[in-house]
Amino acid sequence: MAITQATDAPIGMDEAQRNAAAWLSNYSAILLLGLVLLFLPAIANNFFLDQIVGWALILGMIALSLMFLAGYGGMVSLAQMTVAGIAGYMIAVFGASSLPAISLFWPWWVAVPIAILIAGAFGTLAGALSARTEGIYTIMITLALASAFFYLALQNWPIFNGFNGFTTIPAPHFLGVNWRSPVPFYYLVLFFAVLSYFVVLYVSRAPFGLALQGVRDNPRRMEAIGYNVTAHRIAAYAFAALIAAIGGILLVWQNNQISPFSVGVDVVINLLVIAVVGGLSHPIGPFIGAIIYVILRTFALDALVAVGLDGRRFQTLIGLGFLVIVLFSPDGVIGIWRHWSSRIRARGARSGF
Amino acid sequence: MATAFGDDGAVHGAGRSDAVVRWIERHPIGALIIAIAVIFVLWLVFAPWPEGFEDWFGKKRIFINALFNGITLGALYFLVATGFTLIFGLMRNVNLAHGSLYLFGGYMGYEATQWTGSWLFSYVIAFICCAIVGMAMQFFIFRRMEGEDLRQTLVTLGLSIIFSDLMVWVWGGNPIQIDTPDYLAGPVPTPIVVAVRSSGEAVFLHYPTVRLVIFLAAVVIGIAMWIALHRTRIGMMIRAGVDDRDMLSVLGYRVQLLFIIVFAFGAGLAGMAGIVGGTFQSISLGEDSHFLLASLVVVIVGGMGSIPGAALGALIIGLSEQIGVVYFQNYATVLSFLIMVIVLALRPQGLLGRR
Repeated sequence: MAITQATDAPIGMDEAQRNAAAWLSNYSAILLLGLVLLFLPAIANNFFLDQIVGWALILGMIALSLMFLAGYGGMVSLAQMTVAGIAGYMIAVFGASSLPAISLFWPWWVAVPIAILIAGAFGTLAGALSARTEGIYTIMITLALASAFFYLALQNWPIFNGFNGFTTIPAPHFLGVNWRSPVPFYYLVLFFAVLSYFVVLYVSRAPFGLALQGVRDNPRRMEAIGYNVTAHRIAAYAFAALIAAIGGILLVWQNNQISPFSVGVDVVINLLVIAVVGGLSHPIGPFIGAIIYVILRTFALDALVAVGLDGRRFQTLIGLGFLVIVLFSPDGVIGIWRHWSSRIRARGARSGF
Repeated sequence: MATAFGDDGAVHGAGRSDAVVRWIERHPIGALIIAIAVIFVLWLVFAPWPEGFEDWFGKKRIFINALFNGITLGALYFLVATGFTLIFGLMRNVNLAHGSLYLFGGYMGYEATQWTGSWLFSYVIAFICCAIVGMAMQFFIFRRMEGEDLRQTLVTLGLSIIFSDLMVWVWGGNPIQIDTPDYLAGPVPTPIVVAVRSSGEAVFLHYPTVRLVIFLAAVVIGIAMWIALHRTRIGMMIRAGVDDRDMLSVLGYRVQLLFIIVFAFGAGLAGMAGIVGGTFQSISLGEDSHFLLASLVVVIVGGMGSIPGAALGALIIGLSEQIGVVYFQNYATVLSFLIMVIVLALRPQGLLGRR
């Protein structure tokens, strides 16, 4: 991997341009997908737009923050759903909700930055705590932190309203648009999802991202070269927390409610499942994982009943699918895709001769 | 693993007590604080409390009960966490299905008590059932992905999702209580005075027998494990494997067999703990993640891969939960996580862990 100092930057840029060209020719499928997503409101109904694609894009964003840490930083943080949850809670506390006793009813352009700031601070702090240990410890520590927040939200009534949480959290109205009505909300979500996708892609090729990948591959060598390993890790957590916080705010607007069970241990683990099933090696992975998860979540129950099985065994289905992916394709759906496309290409090359 | 205070003892070939002395020399203030805290707690337990103190601190009966509950809960946490830490220390496998094994052991123990009527025999059943599951996991899955920490952990995660759903299917979501056998039922008097009646007569603490017995059993298991690790050949192999399993394997020892034994033992202990948990409280849906998290926190606080660390961590977390329930009702669970965060910030490798 080219871990270069600033003087070598032009070479890196050439590489990036070449990569982009190769990417465009290789991944025409993604370009097509982008067009479909852009014109989706013209063909899809509101349920599909909001509850399937919109939800998947939001979950994909939060999973993207996990993918960034795990894929580029080698730090599997289970606290990303918690970061999103804190942002959602803060929107309810500083913005509007059905609870005038707690909510401060500040306008959205004050509440949103505060929510992102607080969630980002938590994410950075979680990173600072777990970045001091290495590798597999991160999972344990962040899982413990995530459940700590779950119990805090469950037991704290003055701020988090305990068991019940918050309901009726309105999305903002501005520029004369109600951003919670399905089509504007879809475009809002799509905008942030695409933005975060490309920002992650950009950062992964920027000097910071390359240094982070160097830290992932060999922290001791990076330390010896003169990079501050811990600072890079914490900065990665801060960046990922930003994405997760935006995702969390969108999620709370979409669901119109937040409660401790939005950040429970099972939700936290499902997010990891999403990221791993999609694939941790490319930012598109979390979105693929999220759409699979959302479709399963929405239709698997009926499908299981239709084939004569108990619909309540949904979790077993998720677990088995996850297990199969982890056992046979460590790189998730992306890994399967790459395997197939390389085989097809190889076959094409052979028949060409 | 078990050199409690870093590697001083190992490096200089000095004894254990020597390491303790060295630690005290290096941290005189810390040692002083610990000594004062221990004396204060002993005073709280054994001395009759002065008049004003009870108004400020609450009833002594409540405090002593919380203390005893905390210590016995710590014993339960130790049983769960020690298998977790052993598996982690040797195989670098964060077994996220450990809570499921705990719950499975509890359910199997429940079935065994229903069938045979013997509480003690159910421990054997639970140990064997969980050990078989653990052996199967190691033999069929983890053996094939050695050295891939993250993949192993993800597999245990997938297994835990499936296990918990299947257990809900079989046993339903309602809590199940395992009955305490008659010979352990009821309270036993202890020589601790909790109050003095106006007539001058002392009231002694009565505490459930079964909890004290289980505490003693956990202590015996802990000591037996320590002896097994330090005085037997297989214990030596385990300690060597924790330090450098590649070297152990190169020297011709059958590391895979060792892994299976340790996994079976750790899983079996978790299964036995399931019966303890079912007798103390109850076993139900969601207890698997509760005890997984408890073991995570215990192991993070105590030090990863260290058995004395697991004991210390279990004691601290058990006490903090029970004392928290009494003195900070709303934040009881958060208290133990707070302890974890403080330990992580000050000593990332855990209290008795090695870097």
